[in-house]
Amino acid sequence: MATSTPLLASSALGQAASTLLGVIEAIGGFIAILLIVFFIAGRVTGRLQKPLAILITLGPALLLVVIGLVIPAIETINLSFKNQQFLGQLDTKYVGFKNYTYAFGDSYTQHTILRTLLWLLIVPALSVGVGLLASLLMDRMTHTGLPKTLIFLPTAISFVGAAVIWSYVYNYVDPRNPQTGLLSEVAIKLGWHNPPNWLITAPLNTFLEMVIMIWIQAGFAMVVLGAALKSIPDEVIESARLDGAEGFKLFRTIQIPMIRNTLIVVITTVMITTLKVFDIVFTINNGNFSTDVLARQMYADMFVTSQVSRGAALAVIIFVCVIPIMYFNIRQLRSEREIR
Amino acid sequence: MKNHKRLLGIAASGAALATVAACSSGSGGGGSTATNIPTLTGDCAKYQAYAGYSGKTVTLFGSILSPESDSLNSSWADFSKCTGITIQYSGSNTFESDLPVKVNGGNAPDLAIIPQPGLLQQMVQTGAVKKPPAQTVKNEDNWSAAWKSYGSVNGTFYAAPMSANMKTLVWYSPKFFQDHGYTVPTTWADLMSLSAKMAKDMTGTSKPWCGGIGSGTASGWPATDWLEEIVLSSQGGQVYDDWISHKVKFSDPQIQQAMQTVQGWMLNPAWVNGGYGGVKTIATTTFQNAGLPILKNQCGMLQQASFYEAQWPKGTKVGPDGDVFAFYLPPVSSSVTTPVEGGGEFVTAFADDGATQAVQNYLSSPEWADSRIKVAPGWVSANEKVDQSLYTDPIDKLSAKYLADPNATFRFDASDAMPAAVGSGAEWKAMVDWFGSGKSIKDVAAEIDAAWPTS
Amino acid sequence: MTTTPVAVTPAPQEPLKGQAAVKAVRKTFSSPLASAIVALIAAVWTIPTLGLFVNSFRSKTDGATTGWWNFFIHPSFSLSGYHDVLFNEGGLIQPLINSLAITLPATIIPIFIASMAGYALAWMPFRGSDVIFFTLFALQVVPLQMALVPLQKFYTHGLQLFGLTIIPSPHLNGSLAQIWLSHTMFSLPLAVFLLHNFIAQLPSSLIEAARVDGASYLRIFQSVVLPLSMPAIASFAIFQFLWVWNDLLVAKTFGGSDPATQPVTARMANLVGNFGAHLELLAPAGFLTIVVPLIVFLALQRYFVRGLLAGSVKG
Repeated sequence: MATSTPLLASSALGQAASTLLGVIEAIGGFIAILLIVFFIAGRVTGRLQKPLAILITLGPALLLVVIGLVIPAIETINLSFKNQQFLGQLDTKYVGFKNYTYAFGDSYTQHTILRTLLWLLIVPALSVGVGLLASLLMDRMTHTGLPKTLIFLPTAISFVGAAVIWSYVYNYVDPRNPQTGLLSEVAIKLGWHNPPNWLITAPLNTFLEMVIMIWIQAGFAMVVLGAALKSIPDEVIESARLDGAEGFKLFRTIQIPMIRNTLIVVITTVMITTLKVFDIVFTINNGNFSTDVLARQMYADMFVTSQVSRGAALAVIIFVCVIPIMYFNIRQLRSEREIR
Repeated sequence: MKNHKRLLGIAASGAALATVAACSSGSGGGGSTATNIPTLTGDCAKYQAYAGYSGKTVTLFGSILSPESDSLNSSWADFSKCTGITIQYSGSNTFESDLPVKVNGGNAPDLAIIPQPGLLQQMVQTGAVKKPPAQTVKNEDNWSAAWKSYGSVNGTFYAAPMSANMKTLVWYSPKFFQDHGYTVPTTWADLMSLSAKMAKDMTGTSKPWCGGIGSGTASGWPATDWLEEIVLSSQGGQVYDDWISHKVKFSDPQIQQAMQTVQGWMLNPAWVNGGYGGVKTIATTTFQNAGLPILKNQCGMLQQASFYEAQWPKGTKVGPDGDVFAFYLPPVSSSVTTPVEGGGEFVTAFADDGATQAVQNYLSSPEWADSRIKVAPGWVSANEKVDQSLYTDPIDKLSAKYLADPNATFRFDASDAMPAAVGSGAEWKAMVDWFGSGKSIKDVAAEIDAAWPTS
Repeated sequence: MTTTPVAVTPAPQEPLKGQAAVKAVRKTFSSPLASAIVALIAAVWTIPTLGLFVNSFRSKTDGATTGWWNFFIHPSFSLSGYHDVLFNEGGLIQPLINSLAITLPATIIPIFIASMAGYALAWMPFRGSDVIFFTLFALQVVPLQMALVPLQKFYTHGLQLFGLTIIPSPHLNGSLAQIWLSHTMFSLPLAVFLLHNFIAQLPSSLIEAARVDGASYLRIFQSVVLPLSMPAIASFAIFQFLWVWNDLLVAKTFGGSDPATQPVTARMANLVGNFGAHLELLAPAGFLTIVVPLIVFLALQRYFVRGLLAGSVKG
């Protein structure tokens, strides 16, 4: 293997087979261990049965979450009070709230925070709006396979792929030359002879980037809401219709209340994704031309421009932003549970 | 796999000492005293100095991607075959952010090819970088003092340079020049009057200069090169060095003056952006596409580095009588002798086992550079011992001529040597604002100075 | 709306049941306007991707200098992009297999772990189980990037608190297991939440009946809860599959340094090359990578009939 000569086809196939075999072994091993643990623990009866069952079923999830999320979160909070510039820096010290006063005092970061809030308001509303509309309309149709697949398609595309796709829409070329961007072409055809350079024209560019996110998230919302709508028993809708509920009224009085919980979950999920996802802003403009959002600035601070502690402070700010959303959700769930 | 390798590394440490001793004794002959070092014969004899680590794997991590990485793999194929050391290279397009995560997480590669002296400095400060073996230090004498200093941190030498690229070049179409009676300028004044003449001759979106600073997440870097070349060629090496260390600020008169020069050149609405439109299109045009209008005679000249050669479409003939070629960007001030701005990579070690050091020694040798040059064009070394006759590509020849010139005022890309908060953050962003949003020179300078790390 | 009331179309012998009734209702509610709106949304949602698809068949120069819609006026085919993507660097086959090798376990492992946790939180309430459930849910917020360095440290050195080794090094450095575990960790907050919501709404009569029959808590999970949760599991599986398949960050951070273990996303990023020299390859490569998740979606789509969170509506 010392040389870089191309591998023989048979050995490539062999490698592929061994990779997949390893995977099957791993999955099989995982399930086997589970079964064995279940089998042994299943012998236990009496007072210990429930605690042991809880330990076995809940333990793995808790352990993984503590390692993968809780400890990193604590480390991040700790970092945000230090003056660490790059990863692995040795001589760091605590600087109190300096990184936070910087974040709220720096006009660039202030704008980033405001812009992020704008994303949080618009993207979930519109993606869920479109997804809900599509799922409502399709709930009443028979042949929905194709449109559903087409609307879902963007959800299956990676963010990097999405950025490439949309570059074919937003590309700017001098109006005297042949256009490569669809948006400019359409604008010119419609009589707007000198369309702006879309992606560098603030604040328009921020909204154009939101469109991409909505495009990706609407499919998710449609599929989940569609499933919830389908699960409303037909008798319910039938009887409502017999009572005279039509169109919008049916939608408002029967369908929406019945999928309310799902709706809240979908909105929350899209909100959190919106808050966390930086790939679109990152790949399209890298936050230039007044498009920066918190997640991208945090990423750049931590991994590109060596301002780890400032990035950590931004991460904590993102965390704090989500607490109200979470609080609302949790209250909803609580009341739901009490009814049950 | 990794554990396996670690064990081997421990076992090999004894052998490592023996080889270092063999290396420093100079001759690579078979007279080694250590019994476990095999004698390489025939074509392999020249690799004797690196022998004794057969079966080891050395991981190498860098920013170089295919197809350039394929050329790298071929360049050490012989070495691997003879010594039995497997070099496992992997590249990433986000190398600069991946490396600190790997190193800090305890998963460092054995060797990393770092393109930024600034990043090298950070890595050294984490304490993870290992000092190079004696032979690598010795090989370092084949580079100029400037190169050695960029591979050093606080006066200690850590990383040997690998490839070099030449940034002080202007791409143009020899045929277009010939048809219109333009001649290649040799002074800054000539370049300016040529630009003015072209601007008069050209119509529509055709302009004397074209440029593009879009580069995804690194957008802005081509503009930093423009500024750096002007700073170096108008103010000289000392100001340039002080600028990197922030003794001279962006708001200081020397840099402000250089920015004015750039403003009159690449932000001149009468001169840019050939084939694309107004000045602002420079901010959105990708640097890859920037020069393409030259092929359609819509743009006269493009200031871009030697590696821009890879961007020309297949079938474009590069050379003095071809479709495109490059000339040396004339210096603004005649008092600076042959200013040359360049970039390159530095081989940095995170392990010090024998196999890693053998690879490190080999990569710093002129023999490896020769081997790499033979594989494919588009690659230049600043190693002065390299056989210059091996270069086949006209751009490689041109770059090598300036990069290996002992009298040239060579300086490394300043933004790569500045702290990352500036060099890959604030400066890029400010350049984009300068070109894309029409920010004033004063504001651009203030924005960058403000981002300079304080402690 | 030109609808005929449902009551008009009952079969005289017996009332419509099951599928037939569903169809009758659906049919009644469909209208040309609704179809038109759906068609419009679908079209708007597809046009951008169509541009990518068309450009993937055009040459680099065509793609860079003229709009993709020109293809319909001056068709020009070039398969060189697909050729480069499929056959350069030993092809896309190995990366596709690597992606599968990463994605399958990273989808299956969280399904089990999350459904077990969801079951525990829903049917074995104990002091603090509510707090655990809500905390888990809230942990969705932790940005992935924050976890990279701590996780990398964990995989190399194990878990240490105040200098004490709590969990020894798992010796996973460089293996695929790192990637599986990382994806599992990041997916758990949402997965536990979604599966819990479904499992909690399973009819309690079923579970009580099983308990009366003497089945243990674990037995009930295996034989009652898991089979009944399939619709929710399928829905979650689709999203987890898509997320892992399209991930670059985790694979790149925890992947071994061997290019032979690269997933498709990493191979694509490398194909694009130094300084993005071959951006034109993204179009064909992008298309080839969409195919697999799309097949998964189409194959599992029918499980949506009961669907994600279906349990949150009384049925």
